[in-house]
Amino acid sequence: MDEQYKMTANAQETPVIEPGYTFGTVTEKISAIVLTRPASNGWFVGFGIAFLMTMMMLYAIGYLFLKGVGIWGVTIPIGWGFAIINFVWWIGIGHAGTLISAILLLLRQSWRNSINRFAEAMTLFAVACAGIFPGIHVGRPWLAYWLFPYPSTMGVWPQFRSPLMWDVFAVSTYATISALFWFIGLVPDMATLRDRATHPAARIIYGMLSLGWRGSARHWHRYETAYLLLAGLATPLVLSVHTVVSFDFAVGIVPGWHTTIFPPYFVAGAIYSGFAMVLMLAIPIRKIYNLEDFITELHLQNAAKVMLATGLIVAYGYGIEAFMGWYSGDRYDAFTLWNRLHGPYAIPYWSLLVCNIFIPQVLWVRKLRSNPVALFFVSLVILVGMWLERFIIVVVSLSRDFLTSSWGMYYPTRWDWMTYVGTIGMFLAAIFLFVRLLPMISIFEMRTLLPEAEVKE
Amino acid sequence: MYGIMAEFDSAQALIDAAKRTHEAGYNKIDAYSPFPIEGLAEEIGFHRDEVPLVVLIGGIVGGLTGYLMQYWMSAVDYPLNIGGKPPHSWPAFIVITFEMTILFAGISAVFGMLALNGLPMPYHPVFNVPRFSSASKDRFFLIVFSSDPKYDAAGTRSFLQGLEPRSISEVPS
Repeated sequence: MDEQYKMTANAQETPVIEPGYTFGTVTEKISAIVLTRPASNGWFVGFGIAFLMTMMMLYAIGYLFLKGVGIWGVTIPIGWGFAIINFVWWIGIGHAGTLISAILLLLRQSWRNSINRFAEAMTLFAVACAGIFPGIHVGRPWLAYWLFPYPSTMGVWPQFRSPLMWDVFAVSTYATISALFWFIGLVPDMATLRDRATHPAARIIYGMLSLGWRGSARHWHRYETAYLLLAGLATPLVLSVHTVVSFDFAVGIVPGWHTTIFPPYFVAGAIYSGFAMVLMLAIPIRKIYNLEDFITELHLQNAAKVMLATGLIVAYGYGIEAFMGWYSGDRYDAFTLWNRLHGPYAIPYWSLLVCNIFIPQVLWVRKLRSNPVALFFVSLVILVGMWLERFIIVVVSLSRDFLTSSWGMYYPTRWDWMTYVGTIGMFLAAIFLFVRLLPMISIFEMRTLLPEAEVKE
Repeated sequence: MYGIMAEFDSAQALIDAAKRTHEAGYNKIDAYSPFPIEGLAEEIGFHRDEVPLVVLIGGIVGGLTGYLMQYWMSAVDYPLNIGGKPPHSWPAFIVITFEMTILFAGISAVFGMLALNGLPMPYHPVFNVPRFSSASKDRFFLIVFSSDPKYDAAGTRSFLQGLEPRSISEVPS
């Protein structure tokens, strides 16, 4: 009994930071990545590839502006296609950043301090990628600003009873609050970089970004209050964003969309894919920049556990969808279920079940949860699976609805693929720049985790 | 002269020094640290944090703006029959009201905090002390401002000396 207790106690003591660090060494180690470490050849190659992919996206979008959405595979009955699939996929990925920075802060999970900064950066870049798609999907993208209520000479206003309008407000609020939360978290670290930088231009740029932060006790007090309140505001916000995204579907009457399980199951799926992306970024970054002491096995374990839990919620969502397809007695719902399992899109549907439900169950094994290579590939599988999930939701329901005469098939074109792959490039290019220009781990929050930060009154 | 500044090695030393300085009757003092230290602001006599009030007001204004905007646009200025719903269909307005509440409250939290802190302020006299660059790394500073009624250059200096700091600097204004 005693022995067993000791073993569990030891297991829980996997440290958030490896021992032996001081305020000085933590500061130097993180700021040196930005200030003194030269950019490696690997960085240039990686950034170059990501940059070329971004250019491909701009080319595809440029051609779209020239020709119109006819170059895409979207057609009636499937008018949504890749644009909406990718929008939902990207915005979902962003959710993990807010979960880590806000919800885990409220829950006093100190392990978040090493990963919140780049998870928030990931959120911002993912939301930027997501934002492209509805903008270019509207058909006349130069008029996309019509979505916002502004006093126009036409004398008309947006239609606020539509979930698509709710989405405009939810996503733009989410982007704004995420950017503010991220920036405000960076301010004290900008002061650190300002004081460490030797190049005059770097001193001026970081100095301006630090807003003249000097670490006054009064400032810290208001800062922490504001930060905590922002976390409290961002928590319901992030839950509302994917809820509203799911309303885009659930408020419609199309079979397979019109269900009340959608909001919780979308939110869980968002966090599921977001943590997968966090791991796919964290695992190579901690290796390349020797940050294993700060992003320890504990972080990988915890992220894997969150994926396991949210993955099971997603599996429950699939189960309820299937059950309701049968139990509702609605022949169209029942047909949607049959069509997913046996219809023309059966292969993506079965792949989705394999990727999202079956393969991630290996995370029950402790050994695999602490194996970075295994985690990296499980995360990749989950990201593919979550993309397939949105494909199934958007395409299968639209392709075969109530009237047999209006059935159709959806085939993405190369322009669809170029735009989608291009946004991945844009996301990666932004991450590459971020790790070189800004401290990817919050330095001041790492200092608070050190034993020497403890005070008694 | 802007004030006299003492440098300490640890968070504990700073919090003890701040407590003794405040107890000695100095009111216009400030403490600087590379990370937030719980209880430090109270030790230097800071008790009124208005940030929550600013956020509350921002949230209320945002919620009212969101709802009234939708009400006025959909029911007054441009009533449109959508699926037979009444022009003032309040359940449909809840989502945007909520989002606007969060948006305004969040913006108030950030800009309210910065305004109350007097930031951005790229220049400040404390930056003239060369050692102060460590305040963003691993050193802790306490300053007594020359505007303090109890301040006198020699007396304050010897008082701070008694707190066993690592160094003492004069901050030119």
